Amino acid sequence: MDTQLGLIEQSFNVRYSVWVREALDDLSGSFTTTDPCISGHPIVYASRGFLKMSLYSRDEVIGKNGRMFQGPKTNRKSVMEIREAIREERAIQINILNYRKDGTPFWMLFRMSPVFNKEDGRVIHFVGVQVPILQKHRQSSSGFGRNGVNLCEDGVFASRRREVCSDSVAELARFLAMDSVLGSDDRELEVDEPSEASDLEMRNAVTAINNTLSVLTHYSELTGRLVCGKRCCLSGMGLLGSSLNISLGRIKQSFVLIEPHLPDMPIVYARDVFLKMTGYARHEVLGHNCRFLGGVETNSSTIFQIKESIRTEQACTIRILNYRKDKSKFWNFLHISPVRNASGKIAYFVEVQIDESRKNQDKQGLSHKMRQCSVVGAVKAAVRSLSMVTDTSNS
Amino acid sequence: MLRIRRVPTVVSNYQKEEAEEGARQGGGCGRNCLNKCCILGAKLPLYAFKRVNKIVTEKTLLGDENKEPPVDFLDSLLLGEWEDRMQRGLFRYDVTACETKVIPGEYGFIAQLNEGRHLKKRPTEFRVDKVLQPFDGNKFNFTKVGQEEVLFQFEASEDDEVQFFPNVPIDVENSPSVVAINVSPIEYGHVLLIPRILEGLPQRIDRESFLLALYMAAAAGNPYFRLGYNSLGAFATINHLHFQAYYLAVPFPIEKAPTKKITTMTDGVKISELLNYPVRGLVFEGGNTLLDLANVVSDSCICLQENNIPYNVLISDSGKRVFLFPQCYAEKQALGEVSPELLDTQVNPAVWEISGHMVLKRKKDYEEASEENAWRLLAEVSLSEERFEEVKALIFEALACDNGDNGGVSQSFIEKQDVTPQSVEEVEALNNGSHPSMVPGKQECIVLL
Repeated sequence: MDTQLGLIEQSFNVRYSVWVREALDDLSGSFTTTDPCISGHPIVYASRGFLKMSLYSRDEVIGKNGRMFQGPKTNRKSVMEIREAIREERAIQINILNYRKDGTPFWMLFRMSPVFNKEDGRVIHFVGVQVPILQKHRQSSSGFGRNGVNLCEDGVFASRRREVCSDSVAELARFLAMDSVLGSDDRELEVDEPSEASDLEMRNAVTAINNTLSVLTHYSELTGRLVCGKRCCLSGMGLLGSSLNISLGRIKQSFVLIEPHLPDMPIVYARDVFLKMTGYARHEVLGHNCRFLGGVETNSSTIFQIKESIRTEQACTIRILNYRKDKSKFWNFLHISPVRNASGKIAYFVEVQIDESRKNQDKQGLSHKMRQCSVVGAVKAAVRSLSMVTDTSNS
Repeated sequence: MLRIRRVPTVVSNYQKEEAEEGARQGGGCGRNCLNKCCILGAKLPLYAFKRVNKIVTEKTLLGDENKEPPVDFLDSLLLGEWEDRMQRGLFRYDVTACETKVIPGEYGFIAQLNEGRHLKKRPTEFRVDKVLQPFDGNKFNFTKVGQEEVLFQFEASEDDEVQFFPNVPIDVENSPSVVAINVSPIEYGHVLLIPRILEGLPQRIDRESFLLALYMAAAAGNPYFRLGYNSLGAFATINHLHFQAYYLAVPFPIEKAPTKKITTMTDGVKISELLNYPVRGLVFEGGNTLLDLANVVSDSCICLQENNIPYNVLISDSGKRVFLFPQCYAEKQALGEVSPELLDTQVNPAVWEISGHMVLKRKKDYEEASEENAWRLLAEVSLSEERFEEVKALIFEALACDNGDNGGVSQSFIEKQDVTPQSVEEVEALNNGSHPSMVPGKQECIVLL
């Protein structure tokens, strides 16, 4: 848990200069920032307005996933739409029912936007703004019946909705009006059907997101690690999307991904446990070939076996003598397996390391072989699924 | 009697030998199967899930997060065991080498080219006009699979905590439910959940088994791990009770389809109807407890099977949303009403296809895959609007009937379904929750009844 909180601290501190929290605290309105690169995609910052609205204390929400505010009457399709926006790294605006700490539900207009690393176009954070929808704006159902529903059943609705990230407030108003029509032909308990946000509420959401983005941008200038609200650079070659990062982040064991199509087959992803095991920092391993783990006493025939495994695209399990950064030695019980993307081609090799001296330290009672299989299984499933999005543009 | 000819999917390596079965009957069969001949002393991992009778809010789940489960159900156990079987070469092909893509369009249908799935098998005749058929122990069933194809046992925990045991003898008396691989996977991690495997249950939904399936979706805790069910006559090939499941981190078109609420039951289960989707169907979500949702859905399924209406079920969103589709494709096929063009694709529109994940057998179909083609195929599966209204009325009538009964009938129902309540709390939950009923004064009910 401590390390998780450490990561959350770092998530902000690495990127922005010291006064960023104070500056954000000075902004009015309810908003949160989440970090998709940390396991569980947790909230790393919550504004005063958010805490006031949700009735939680800061400690109760930092480190938690935004789903903690959902409840039994939260529309599952809306949740899915937000999940999709995260996966596709795009903005979204949607009406959703959330729950306060005391269990009371309330409708809010949720607007979320990714924050990009200016240099490589990677998603660093998501900013989410929550504007409570006042009851007086609730749509009365009398004006719309089945006809109203049928009007937007022509299929145009769903596709246009995806463009909600458009900045035009007027456009937004139109989509949201349609949205409320769709769900409004039913006189129901208040929480059952979506409330409609007023123009003012929608403007407030846009303003809040822009204010937050400009604070984040400003305070990133001072660290030299610039962020921006629009993806400025698409050269993020070899970088993993945030949704893949989220999936891989759930795996708790040591592994790295290597990219066989790049020169010298560099590591493109390294799990925290791997860094801990070897003593290196992330930037010291990313972009480098795994050979830095070898040393004078490492058996060259074992290294050859690894190369052969990669050349023939076959999985293999070996025992190899490796060196930590501090030059101390350890026997690495290593498993290597090809990982294919959605088109069935090899995208990565996954290398799963188990420090032989700790081989049997598993509270789950799973054998080390089974633990290696779990990592390979989870990585294969994640890479295959998450490479399906990108293929849409090609086909 | 209506019959269709189709190539059955090989789900177990032991299914292929069915023809030679007769000669081998009786005595230790030497295949290390799950029958009496081999099961004595057999061991398997056991995952015991936690029963949640209270409202499953994210907040209560959150409390559990701090107390880490002994093993991660999906990533560590299911996918790990699956990968192990893959390294042992138990599958008929490497599904990760099968090309797959999201078809451009509004819904994002998913197409997979799978040329290996239906090879080496002759077409077989299937009776499609009887949704309920008795179990036949002489035909292939899951007790005949090799133990190496079984990944683990899955049951309710006795002490209300998630538990995991890496190696537990199969307790024949206790009627274990197991998770086994499908040797013809349509995605990485494709498995079968076989409730009370040794009881030889036919493919037929009952409350207890459906609840088990919902618990499995909840245990996986990942919205992209879905379970599916095909009734006989709706492309189930094996008449031995089973659900299918796999993980695919892509939204299914069905999950994106707009819905319109029909009603909310007194136990909080919301029932909606799919709008603007090629297959007409119902969506169930919410409910005060997982049991409420399970009961409303299983009662609807029971109504359909008792009325001899073939159907498919999709459990999505970690067990929070369930889709139910009555269908009539096989019937149309048997009556010669499906166009040869569609039949040529040999696509069997079962639960995954209906949900928008199309497994295509011919390269040509894969290359030409479009939203329009997918839509055209699925439209053939759907009931007509008129028939769907009739079926809907049947379902709501059945659900409302439960409402008319009183507590006494509740007990007899439980006995009939052979549910053994494990705790006082559960008895209460069953008593309170097992009779979903309409919210009084709902206009919709009057229209439907």
